[in-house]
Amino acid sequence: MLYREAGQYKSSYASDMAVFPLKEDRIGIAVILAIALVAIPFLGSDFFIASVMIPFLVFSLAAIGLNILTGYTGLISLGTAAFMGVGAYSCYKLTTFFPGVNIIVLILVSGLFSAGIGVLFGLPSLRIKGFYLAVATLAAQFFLQWAFVRVPWLFNYNASGAIEVPQRTLFDIPLTGAAATPETRYFVCLGLVVVLTWFASNIVHGKLGRSWMAVRDMDIAAELMGIKLLNAKLAAFAVSSYFCGVAGAMMIFLWYGGGEAADVFSIRLSFNILFMVIIGGLGSLIGSFFGAAFLSILPTALKFGLPALGIPIAGAAAEHVTFMLVGALIIIFLIVEPHGLARLWQIGKQKLRTWPFPY
Amino acid sequence: MSDIATRPAPNLLANPLVKAGLIVVVVIAALAIGVRLDSTNTLYAIFVDPFQQMVQAPDLLVQTVWEGLVSGVLYALIALGFVLIFKASGVFNFAQGIMVVFAALTLVGLYEKGVPAFLAVILTLGVMFALAVTIERVVLRPLVNQPDIILFMATFGITYFLIGFGESLFGGNPKQMIAEQLYLPKGAIDLQILGGLVSLQKIDIAAALIASLMIAALAAFFQYTRIGRALRAVADSHKAALSVGISLNQIWVIVWFTAGIVALITGIMWGARSDVSFALEIVALKALPVLILGGFTSIPGAIVGGLIIGIGEKLGEFYWGPLIGGGIESWLAYFIALGFLLFRPQGLFGDKIIERI
Amino acid sequence: MKTSNLLKGAALGALFAAGALAPAMAQDSIYFANNAYRTGPFSGSGIPIGDGMRDYIAMINERDGGVNGVKIVYEECETGYDTKKSIECYEQAKSKNTVVYSPWSTGATLAAIPRAHVDKIPILSMAYGLSSSADGTNFPWVFIPPLTYWDGASLMVKHMAAELGGMDKLKGKKLGLIHLDAPFGKEPIPVLENLAKKYGFELKLYPVAAADMQNQGSLWLSIRRDRPDFLYNQGWGAMNPTAVKEAIKNNFPIGKLVGVWWAGGDDDARAGGPEAKGYKSLNFNAAGQNFPVIQDILKHVVDKGKSTTPKDKVGENLYNRGVYNSMLVVEAIRTAQKLTGKKVITSEDMRRGLESLNVDEARLKEIGMAGFASPVKISCADHSGHHKAYVAEWDGSKWTQKGDWIEPLKDEVRPLIESNAKDYVEKAGNWPKRTEACEKSS
Repeated sequence: MLYREAGQYKSSYASDMAVFPLKEDRIGIAVILAIALVAIPFLGSDFFIASVMIPFLVFSLAAIGLNILTGYTGLISLGTAAFMGVGAYSCYKLTTFFPGVNIIVLILVSGLFSAGIGVLFGLPSLRIKGFYLAVATLAAQFFLQWAFVRVPWLFNYNASGAIEVPQRTLFDIPLTGAAATPETRYFVCLGLVVVLTWFASNIVHGKLGRSWMAVRDMDIAAELMGIKLLNAKLAAFAVSSYFCGVAGAMMIFLWYGGGEAADVFSIRLSFNILFMVIIGGLGSLIGSFFGAAFLSILPTALKFGLPALGIPIAGAAAEHVTFMLVGALIIIFLIVEPHGLARLWQIGKQKLRTWPFPY
Repeated sequence: MSDIATRPAPNLLANPLVKAGLIVVVVIAALAIGVRLDSTNTLYAIFVDPFQQMVQAPDLLVQTVWEGLVSGVLYALIALGFVLIFKASGVFNFAQGIMVVFAALTLVGLYEKGVPAFLAVILTLGVMFALAVTIERVVLRPLVNQPDIILFMATFGITYFLIGFGESLFGGNPKQMIAEQLYLPKGAIDLQILGGLVSLQKIDIAAALIASLMIAALAAFFQYTRIGRALRAVADSHKAALSVGISLNQIWVIVWFTAGIVALITGIMWGARSDVSFALEIVALKALPVLILGGFTSIPGAIVGGLIIGIGEKLGEFYWGPLIGGGIESWLAYFIALGFLLFRPQGLFGDKIIERI
Repeated sequence: MKTSNLLKGAALGALFAAGALAPAMAQDSIYFANNAYRTGPFSGSGIPIGDGMRDYIAMINERDGGVNGVKIVYEECETGYDTKKSIECYEQAKSKNTVVYSPWSTGATLAAIPRAHVDKIPILSMAYGLSSSADGTNFPWVFIPPLTYWDGASLMVKHMAAELGGMDKLKGKKLGLIHLDAPFGKEPIPVLENLAKKYGFELKLYPVAAADMQNQGSLWLSIRRDRPDFLYNQGWGAMNPTAVKEAIKNNFPIGKLVGVWWAGGDDDARAGGPEAKGYKSLNFNAAGQNFPVIQDILKHVVDKGKSTTPKDKVGENLYNRGVYNSMLVVEAIRTAQKLTGKKVITSEDMRRGLESLNVDEARLKEIGMAGFASPVKISCADHSGHHKAYVAEWDGSKWTQKGDWIEPLKDEVRPLIESNAKDYVEKAGNWPKRTEACEKSS
């Protein structure tokens, strides 16, 4: 009743190929954007914006990046965190060399370096497949993480060995550094994520995206159909690493605000992002958002939400319970819906379509 | 096939021997040129000096190889847990690392409560059996026939759960492994050979012996028992195994329980070398390059892979590590494995991957 | 005992939650948020520290009814030694108006330093964190008493010289530094390099990657090859017991292995068994229960069943260090109350209190800590004080003080701190200039 295609006619190719062909979808997106742009910054507390929303956005972008590689192209990677790290360190070097260039531009550019490194470590994917590839990407993870600690040039020879995020401004409003308010940082993150999501959506629905999906479904078949495996796989690594690199730069510059970056981009982060992609739904952009929301917001909500609700649990016990709950929820979700939260979303939409007369 | 004539000539590079030969030639040529151009002695430091060191101090070389051997055996033990489960159920069991910690903690925890050491071992085995049954019931059975990556993900869920569960039961304090109570030897045997001292830790010798026994026992179990044969049948094909009346559920419980036993032994050995804490979970990651090197499906592969990785990374770290500041052990293993994979994408002993349209 | 831990934890959680909720409304208490890590790979060190901090505050509240009648609401935020979670904890501490933030990890400190200067929350990073933050002129909101890692490194050199019989004997000797391959572990390198140049000894570095903390075989082989005369261990967590065990295994004279103060946990040394006797560690607090303050904790808190700490763990080295850290907080609150005349202080008052902190011998005696620690004095320019520490020795069952309290090489460390602080501020661009006035007393 409320949500259906019937009666919406398309009179041009352009409108048929629109990203959101349905009026209801467009309304939905508008509502979501309105909430993200107006309600959250004005109603949310600093804690909510800084510790819930910004991490959510950063993880969403990283999850989209990995989803392009794992969900769309079928190449499992456990080196996501290292590629994010490349983005963060390149951004730091770039802003040192070009302090005058706007930081948002530099964040976007730093993804390119990450893409380059991604392609380099993606080369073995032409020969190695499946879990073997997953473990091979660990080589990238451990090597790059070692380099982040060991190459002092990367962190400008700081005695602390950490990235120290300088203050950068746009129209005299500080965007990074300690003086930047959570709201500003949130808006920058939101802007980047929205633009890049739109970009990703266009890629995966285009020729390149379709060739990735062909490779994922069966690479030999795809090759026989005339898709160049080398190009398709390396493009997937490049695009995926680009997104991860931007997410990594955002993570250090807009969320953490500096610190022991080598420690941040550890194997744990790689795993976490892989969880997000799988829980959210492989091969689904919206799923990346769901997965990121589930795995980044849930632990925080359990940790700070339960005591606030008066449920008597705190400290170490809360952490244990959080671990157990997250573990149990992962298993439950996989059993209930192995195709991820995105699938549940689709089912929900389908139900809406036929509602209130399901037969 | 009418277009045979137009087909390109067979790709010579596809032949691994040719490829390896080419690489050797290139490396030698590069070396020959490099040594002439070498002004800063970098090449000398990389290609000559380490070997001179090896010759000059053979005792250290023996010691390094021995260290590598022991850690290789221990990596192989962890890898064995992965292989067992992967073979039988196609699950890439990420929870093996936490199972090691969990088993070791249960053992030490029980002992601290006053249970005699060997009774504690038996009780721990009971706990691991219960864990295997629970995992089969709660996780594997409902997820039957799902893609590999979903099962892989489910083992992450198990990992998270066990971390929380283990910490709330036993606390996060590191604990001492009850090595003496289990009659594991202490101290070292010092050998005066090759003009130097080579010291072999008794616990390391014990670890190598126990691991070899364990592997032999497992091999015999797979080869000669009814369950072992059923297990191999399941590994070959789930459907075929089902059709001849093998119970998948039963096999899975057995396999996970076996992996639990391996985990316990690994936990005791690693625990005796350092201590029992949740940090041990990280060591399990070291089993991954061993796995890809040896192949996910091969028990001998796990052992050979473990030895190659163990010895390779110790030699690399000891002789070449100082050139770039040391600490290269953390990634060297992966590069060794990656190097092997480029020639054999299924690992040294893995089942050949045959792809059909 | 173990099975009831969960229950106890839950009960404890109930206490905390109730404590956090109720007095947050009331205005007659001071809120103090502390990061703890009772979970994760570093929990072995985190648990005794957290216990010590909690029990001292509880003792002050029980025995004295708080500081000058104002109760301290102590709340732990669990980080698992994870920087991401520490940042959440910082945000929460900020929203609950903590008087001081205690990050308890170098990563968390580094991330919090820029924020704290904007949010005006003092950071108390007790002998960890950014060494150059000891420069109060550039870092008015960060405090790093009683000494920094750089002081520790200089103490190591002094200790080495004392063992050898004079600074001039250092020439031609070899000092090995085993360190965690992370910013924390690399902290002592610049100071040691300078001193090596000055005194003519050789410095060898032995990095340990976090993933190889319990797998140090090849590192100790290198140590066997290089034969350093002394080893300094800048390690943390599971790395320390492994290092002690490996030293014994490799026949390295255990008395020549000296750990930084964080490598001085009882569990670290105990791992080596009887052969670990003689293992050394720098220390700035005494271990053991023979102090009035520890007795008071036992009497008012532990014996009354108001703490989860097992009785035999009270007085362990890291436990006492937690006590020491809480003592600094309490004394700073007291100083701030005196300075401002207010009973319930804010975080800005707390900063003034920390900056004028002066715990002398007499005061230490009053609070039952005579001989427990060296006097601490912080000034406007010097936020650390570079105070004395001593070399503790493991006697097979507990940590003992063998040598005297020794003064770090302040002349070597201070210029480095100032130049690095300047470097930090310059690179940060637009770093807020210090506007906070210095107290007259300091």
